[in-house]
Amino acid sequence: MAKRTIVPIGPYHPLLEEPEFFKLYCDGEIVKEVVWETGYNHRGIEKICESKTFEQVFYVVERVCGICSTSHPFAYANAVESIPGVEIPLRAKYIRSIVGELERVHSHLLWVGLAGHFLGYNTVFMWAWKYREPVLDMFEIITGNRNSYAMFTIGGVRRDIDNDKISQLKKVLDFLKTKLDLLVGAVMDDPVIHARLRGVGVLTAEDIHDFGAVGPTARASGVAIDVRQDDPYAAYDMVDWKVITAPEGDVFAKAEVRLLEMYESIKIMEQCLEGLRKDSSNEIRTKVKEIPAGIGIGHAEAPRGEVFHFVKSDGSNRPVRHKIRAPSFTCIPTFRKSCVGGTIADAAIATAAVDPCYCCTERMAQAYDIHTGRQIFSMKDLIGMSQRKTEELKK
Amino acid sequence: MGKEIFYFLIFPGLLFSAVIGGFLSWVDRKITARVQFRKGPPLLQPLYDFLKLLLKETIIPVRGSVFTFLVSPVLALFGATISAVFILLPLFHIETGFAGDLIVVIYLLNIPSLTYIIGAAASGNPLASVGASREMKMILSYEVPLLLVIVSVIIKAGMTISLTEIIAAQAAGGAFIGSISGVIAFLVAIFCIQAKLALVPFDIPEAEGEICDGVAIEYSGSSLALIKLTKYIMLFIVPSFVVLLLLGGFSFKGIDILWSVLKLLVIILLLTLIRNTNPRVKIDQAMKFFWIWMNLLAVIAVVLSILGL
Repeated sequence: MAKRTIVPIGPYHPLLEEPEFFKLYCDGEIVKEVVWETGYNHRGIEKICESKTFEQVFYVVERVCGICSTSHPFAYANAVESIPGVEIPLRAKYIRSIVGELERVHSHLLWVGLAGHFLGYNTVFMWAWKYREPVLDMFEIITGNRNSYAMFTIGGVRRDIDNDKISQLKKVLDFLKTKLDLLVGAVMDDPVIHARLRGVGVLTAEDIHDFGAVGPTARASGVAIDVRQDDPYAAYDMVDWKVITAPEGDVFAKAEVRLLEMYESIKIMEQCLEGLRKDSSNEIRTKVKEIPAGIGIGHAEAPRGEVFHFVKSDGSNRPVRHKIRAPSFTCIPTFRKSCVGGTIADAAIATAAVDPCYCCTERMAQAYDIHTGRQIFSMKDLIGMSQRKTEELKK
Repeated sequence: MGKEIFYFLIFPGLLFSAVIGGFLSWVDRKITARVQFRKGPPLLQPLYDFLKLLLKETIIPVRGSVFTFLVSPVLALFGATISAVFILLPLFHIETGFAGDLIVVIYLLNIPSLTYIIGAAASGNPLASVGASREMKMILSYEVPLLLVIVSVIIKAGMTISLTEIIAAQAAGGAFIGSISGVIAFLVAIFCIQAKLALVPFDIPEAEGEICDGVAIEYSGSSLALIKLTKYIMLFIVPSFVVLLLLGGFSFKGIDILWSVLKLLVIILLLTLIRNTNPRVKIDQAMKFFWIWMNLLAVIAVVLSILGL
C-alpha cells in the first residue's frame, strides 16, 4: 500500500466554525479515507434540561444551536404537548410556522454565504449575509431578539403578531424575494460554480437510506423526506407548499435545494400572515395546567433536517429524561461516502455541503477532574450510570 | 557600489516598491470591500499589518528544518526586490538595463514562488506540503503561457531581449496592446499574473477554506511579515512588468504621469474584479485552463505577431 499522508481538517480550521477533527487520509490530492474525531465540545444540555421546569427547558434547548434556535423549541414543544395531548390555538400555529420558516430562510442564507466563503467566493459570502440582515430584523420585530427568540411556550407562543407587524413583514418579504432572485441567479448561472460543484460529493438515494441522512442532504439526492410534509405540525398542513428535491445528489444540488426552499418558505410565510390577518381571535396560548406522567416524542424540520426530541415526564414539573437528536448526527457520517475518492478541495466543500452543526450533535464521552487531571468517569462508567438510571425508571 | 545599494534598498528597490505595493494592496482591499458592501480598511492598514506582524512572536515548528524554514522568506523578499530593481530601472528611465535582462527578470520573478515551496516543505506541516505541491503545479501551469506571451512581445519588439529596447520599440511604434495579437497576449498575461499573485480563482496554493493558507500556514511573526512584504512588492512589480511588456511602459512627462498611474491601476482593478467575481477553481481545472486554453491563445498571439498583426 502506498504511503498516505494525513491531511487534518480541524480541530481548529477556517472551514469549521466549531471544533471538530477530520483526518483525511490522502494519496497525493486524492482522499482515500475519512476518519473523524468528536468530543471537543461537551455542554451537558440534556442533563441541564432535567434540572429545569418544562417551561424553562425552552430557553435551554434554543441554545443547543445558535442557528436553528427555533427548531429545537419547536420539536420540544411538539414532544411536551404530545404528553397531555394539547391542541394549540390556530393563531399560535401560524405564528410558530412563521418563526420556523423565517429561521429556515436565515439559516439557508447563512449557508449560501459560508459555502461561498469556503469556495473563496467572498462576494457571495458578503452579499448573502447582507440580505440575511432584513430577516434578522424581522425576527427582532416579531420576537424582540435577533437570535434565540424565546418565542415558544407550552400550549402556544408568547407574543402575538398584530396587523401592524403583518404589513411590515410583508414588505420585507417582497424585498427579500427580489434580492433572492439576484442571489439565486448569481449562484445558479455561474459557470465556474458549476465546474466546481457539479459531480462533487455525490450521495445516491441508496446512500441516504443507508446513512439515514435527513433534510436538504436527503432531498438533494431525490429522497423527498420532510417532517413538515410527512408528519405535519403547526400550520404546515393548512398552507400550500411543496417539497423541493433535486435528483443529482452532488453539492450543487444541495445548494439548489436550499436556494429554492427559501422561496417555498416565503410562500408559507405569506399564507400564514394572510391567515393571521383573517383570524379575528387573539388567543395565542392554551393554558396547560400540568404535564402528566408519560413519554412525549416530537420532531420538527430544522433547516438542516429532522430534529428529534424525546421527553419523559413522571408527573412532576420537570422532565425526567430529555433526549435530543440533531440532524447533523445522521448527516455527518455521509462524509465517508461523499469525501472519499475526491480531492481535498472537493472534500472541503462536500463536508460543508450538509451544513453540519457539530456542537449540536456532540455528546459526552469522558469526564476529568480539571485540577488533578484524574479521570472521574470513563465512557464505560457513564454508560453504566445511564443503564442503572434507566433500570430505576422502569420500576 | 553606493549607487547599487541605494537602488536596491531605497529606490526603486525595497522601500519604494514596498510602499507602492502596500498602497496597491490597499486599493485592492478597498475595491473588494466596496464590491462586497463593506467599508474597507484605512489607507495605512497594510503598514499596520506589517508592523504588527513584525512585533509578534515567531513560532518555529518543532519538526521543521529551522534554517531553511527561516531563510526562505528572506530569499523570497530578496528575489522580489531584485526583480523590482531590474524591472523598474528601465521602466522609470533611470538606467538602461543590460542586454538580456528580460531573461533574468523572468527567472527572478519565479524566486518568491520557489522559496515558498522550499519554506513550506521545510515546515513539516502536511497542509503546507499540500500547498507546496499545488504551488509547484501552478508554476508549471502559468509559466508556459506567460513565456509564450513574452515570446510574442520579443517578436513584436524586433527580436530584442532587452527591457529598454522593448520600451523604446513601443515608444516609437505605439504600445503593443494596440494590435490584435497584443490584445490576446494581454488577456493571457492578466490570467497568468492572477495565478502568479495567487489571487482567486487561482489562490489554490493558499486556499484558506481548504488548507488554511497552505504554504504560509506555519509562518508567524516577522517571517510572515516578510512574506506579506514580498506579496506587496509582487503586487506592484508583476503588473508593472505587464505594463512594460504590453502597455508601453511608464512616462513622466507632464500629463503622462497620470496616464502611467492609470495603466497600473487599471490592471489592479481587473485583477480585483476577477478575484471578486469567481470562486476558487480546483488544481486540475486550473491546469487544464492554462495548458489548453491559455496556451492556445498564447500560441495564436505568437503566430499573429509573427504575421505582424
